Amino acid sequence: MPSDYFPLFIMLVVSVGFAAIGIGVSALLGPRRPTAIKGQTYESGMTAIGTARRRVWIRYYLVAVIFILFDIEIIFFYPWAVVFRMAAEFLFLEMALFVAILLVGYVYVWRKGGFDWY
Amino acid sequence: MNILGIYIDRPIVDFVILIIKCVVWIFALLTTFAYIQLVERWVIAKIQVRIGPNRTGPRGLFQPLADALKALFKEELIPTNADKLVFVIAPMISVATALLAFAVIPVSPPLNLFGLEIPMQIANVNVALLYLLAVGSVSVYGTVLAGWSSNNKYSLLGSLRAAAQLISYEVTLGLALVGVLMLTSTLNLNEIVDYQKNFGWIILPQVLGFILYIIAAIAETNRLPFDLPEAETELVAGYYTEYSSIKFAFFFMAEYINIITVCAIAATLFLGGYLSPLPFLPIVGEPGIWWFALKVFILIFVFMWIRGTFPRLRYDQLMNFTWKVMLPLALLNVLITAGIIIFFQPGAAQAFAR
Repeated sequence: MPSDYFPLFIMLVVSVGFAAIGIGVSALLGPRRPTAIKGQTYESGMTAIGTARRRVWIRYYLVAVIFILFDIEIIFFYPWAVVFRMAAEFLFLEMALFVAILLVGYVYVWRKGGFDWY
Repeated sequence: MNILGIYIDRPIVDFVILIIKCVVWIFALLTTFAYIQLVERWVIAKIQVRIGPNRTGPRGLFQPLADALKALFKEELIPTNADKLVFVIAPMISVATALLAFAVIPVSPPLNLFGLEIPMQIANVNVALLYLLAVGSVSVYGTVLAGWSSNNKYSLLGSLRAAAQLISYEVTLGLALVGVLMLTSTLNLNEIVDYQKNFGWIILPQVLGFILYIIAAIAETNRLPFDLPEAETELVAGYYTEYSSIKFAFFFMAEYINIITVCAIAATLFLGGYLSPLPFLPIVGEPGIWWFALKVFILIFVFMWIRGTFPRLRYDQLMNFTWKVMLPLALLNVLITAGIIIFFQPGAAQAFAR
């Protein structure tokens, strides 16, 4: 029922409102005396060198790709688990087949060193 | 319907109750956050043989209040080369998603007030568990955007680590819950609690799932021994290095409210939610919010205990652990649960009745 989600919408409005009011009140109450030194980013007390907008390590991207693979697996698992009792043996075999195909990719990533950090 | 002799339309009454409930929920969560944070400082102090906060009020009881006021009155610093809009929005995303997640958890059986039956949760959704995972995924945005928008190298490193860690452990977290769904055949949290009323707590057939869930939950909430994203000995404060005043408090708040939420989910799914552990006794056997609170607080205490006991992992150990140990174990848990259902059929009557 879509109407079940109406309370969540209200909760969203109330909690975003809470966050906005918090930031607003703090901006009103706190002092504001910006200086050039204060505006620098923190780099252990040294003058900041360059920006942080630079290339990042490729492994983080790799983790994101592996995550998509396994997260979609879990999305398949959820409806399967809910109807599992209707035909347990048949559904078990089906999922075993699916996981077997997925495990080929898992073993491949493992052997290629996709999970290793160095 | 009549309230105190005045006739009011039912939808209006429902709407007013809903607004009141939302405000009460947020207030209750914030109060719990404030005092859990204080209790944690006491517990960690005891573990590390220190005294802990004891100056503000009797035994330091007003410490959370003092912290909140201090956060409100501090100067807000925004780095000159930061992305200002994203910088302000990131803590709002963190705190709003943390508050939103708790809305679907039933904290007690429906309450009877002035002849009205009030369900003790904001929304009774049929895919509550999926909703919780979805909101959990959105909350990663708060962390990542905070680190990126600060334009600080420590923040960026912290948020990259956080993103990789959170999405890796989310896989195990989701997979550890599949066993519960197979037993109960539903995603609705109220029906999961009802199942446990009839067939006993789910932790009994799901010990492995429970342990995996707790480990993944500690990693999801960035707690020691998995607090790499904010490791203060190497990254200053991780993704919120540049944050000050109330924005810093919001990240702190979101972290603790997330701890309350993951513990509440564990209590609901595995430990019978608001059900009593001794249902056959006359008064003690009544279900109620006190049982729910007790279970949640015991779990939170375990979180504090773990924080006081274990050293931080190295990043390669952290990633190896989830992908090479937790994930196969979670799949094994699904296999075991399938075996239990096929050979023993626990609680079969309820599943076929629906």
